[in-house]
Amino acid sequence: MEELLRPLFSDDYGWLLYIILAAPPMVFILLYALITVWTEMKISAHMQDRVAYMYTGPHGILQPLADILKLIQKENTVPAAANKPLFFLAPFLVFIGTYAGFATLPFSSAYIGSNINLGVFYILAVTSIVVVGLLMAGWASNNKWSMFGAMRSAGQIISYEIPTALALLVAVMITGSLNLQDVIRFQEGGIQNWVVFGGSLPLAQKLPLIPFTAIAFLIMFIAGIAEVNRTPFDLPEAESELVQGYNTEYSGMKFAIFYLAEYANMYLVSGVAACLFLGGWSSPFGDFMSGPIWGVFWIVLKAYGFVVLQIWIRWTLPRLRVDQLMYTSWKVLIPFLFVCVFATGLILVL
Amino acid sequence: MKETRTLPTDYVTKPGRTSSGRTLRTDEMIINMGPQHPSTHGVLRLEIVVDGEIVVDVIPHIGYLHRCFEKHAEHMTNYQQVIPYVDRMDYLSSMNNDWAYALAVEKLLKLEIPDRVQHIRVIMAELQRIASHLIAVGTYAIDMGAFTPFLWCFRDRERILDLFELTCGARLLYNYIWVGGVSHDLPPGFAEKAKDFCRDFRETMQEVHDVLTYNEIFIKRTANVGVLPKDVAINWACSGPMLRGSGVDWDLRRDDPYGVYHKFDWNVQIGKGEVGTVGDCWDRYIVRMREMEESARLIEQALATLPEGNVQSAIPKRIRPEAGDAYVRSESPRGELGFYVISDGTASPYRVKGRAPAFVNLSVLPEISRGAMIADLVAIVGSVDIVLGEVDR
Repeated sequence: MEELLRPLFSDDYGWLLYIILAAPPMVFILLYALITVWTEMKISAHMQDRVAYMYTGPHGILQPLADILKLIQKENTVPAAANKPLFFLAPFLVFIGTYAGFATLPFSSAYIGSNINLGVFYILAVTSIVVVGLLMAGWASNNKWSMFGAMRSAGQIISYEIPTALALLVAVMITGSLNLQDVIRFQEGGIQNWVVFGGSLPLAQKLPLIPFTAIAFLIMFIAGIAEVNRTPFDLPEAESELVQGYNTEYSGMKFAIFYLAEYANMYLVSGVAACLFLGGWSSPFGDFMSGPIWGVFWIVLKAYGFVVLQIWIRWTLPRLRVDQLMYTSWKVLIPFLFVCVFATGLILVL
Repeated sequence: MKETRTLPTDYVTKPGRTSSGRTLRTDEMIINMGPQHPSTHGVLRLEIVVDGEIVVDVIPHIGYLHRCFEKHAEHMTNYQQVIPYVDRMDYLSSMNNDWAYALAVEKLLKLEIPDRVQHIRVIMAELQRIASHLIAVGTYAIDMGAFTPFLWCFRDRERILDLFELTCGARLLYNYIWVGGVSHDLPPGFAEKAKDFCRDFRETMQEVHDVLTYNEIFIKRTANVGVLPKDVAINWACSGPMLRGSGVDWDLRRDDPYGVYHKFDWNVQIGKGEVGTVGDCWDRYIVRMREMEESARLIEQALATLPEGNVQSAIPKRIRPEAGDAYVRSESPRGELGFYVISDGTASPYRVKGRAPAFVNLSVLPEISRGAMIADLVAIVGSVDIVLGEVDR
């Protein structure tokens, strides 16, 4: 995409090109967040014998817009004892961390924000900024409960980045690339070539790999839920324990931006999992329904499937305790992944 | 007896152990939980001393909902007028409160209660017990972070409230059980609706068991948490599911019978430590779940043997007991609810004292939550199942 558009801009207006290139993910996030807010409400309502929004538009599809209108009108209250610059900055930093991750997330074979060769590594690194934003929010609020939430989220996100990274490593070892487009091209040609089924390797290597890739994929998904702070890992904003965690003191649009970041993050981890393990934008039927346009359909479908799964899990399970959360990460997920990484390496070498 | 505890001063003044040698206390933090906190079940305020996530000490502060119930009761012009106030004590189990007070006054008057009234009272009290336990279990699910079972519980509770509305017009505060009788007879169709409810309700229970009770995360969060040993439970005068959860086989409906409970076939459920230690949060939870099933059995039996009769024939025209006093205890959903009524021979009570089970059960909270984590403290408070209207009266 960048190569296509570059001749249209003179060197003086080169920065315009980047703004245009950065716009599609933003538009996508906003639309996706509106749809997902509605979807989440409807899914939870049907699980709980309710009907949820019904009045604003048919089946309440305009309700998310109405919510945003309300949030824009609300007063931005700031606690008197808050650290004001940090308090204002925190939600934006959280959102920037997530949004920056979209830069290397492919939307089809023709569109990727920035086609760098360290895509996977970049996403892992840049989303860590979210932790700084959350800590900032908790600290700046000058509220003990917010501080608890921030400390919990810092501990949690850092602990779960290790399993995420190790699970990604399994996929990266198989595909042999950190560039997400290359990773997906490796998996083209149908459902049997997805990394979760061993990738497009020769059958003798592929079959013994399947148990390890499947475990890595599962752990990647679990760690993904933990990274976006969703139930059963929603401790940083555990309502019944910490009131609302790090965003207790936030109101209006700043509060909305925290939620926008959370929803965007849900899509980001789902998108990365879909790219690395489920073939990204490639069609599950080989050449049938493939191409750049269908690619958008496939990757959004796969990633959104995970988002719906996350919503489903959220409204089903209770919440873990903070020590059990750490136990799960360090003593269950990471040892399993060490085995996976080691075994994958061994199979690939032999 | 321990004295009223206040916060030890050394928490703030004791020098700290920082490596730089400065006297900065960094280990513990005092944090205020409530009265406006989502999981204090009303307006309980807990002053917690925490060391990181570990709770070092808890001091409950109560009184935010004090409404001078006992003083009000002395200033009524007759005994019947106290009942609406009794309703408001434990607002989640008004029927049980009404009944306990009515029993005390009936004991002063030495009234004989018709059999139909006794059966209706059992039906109402057990429906109310289910409604109250549904709230306890549902809010407990929320405390644990599971939102869905909460709404399933409220959906079923709604049907009980519909039954109450059908009978006496009120949905929360009924003023239904009067001294010597009840305010309205059962309406036509009540029995069928109640039977339908008992049938459908068991399906909900099964769903809650599937989603919550035997959920691995839920068990991890509640088993071996907030263990209340048998002797501590007895020493602190705990009662109700709190006591039975600790494995003490004690239920006033069986051990100090009132009403017509002795006629029916039902069991007292106790905690057995199936997934952890006897007396942990999971045991208290499961006792409530099983008690609801027992209550449904009681309702079905009482409906099947409901005699005919006039529900208001025994209501005295003028309540003026002879001078004397009476104490009656009954099993409310939260435990031993007692009323001590003193009569001086006039038309209004000289003194009414309520023995509130939630108040007594709450007092053991600091004892069982030291050393737990903040998330455990929420689990423990939820498993005590307090109603602040009753704690503060």
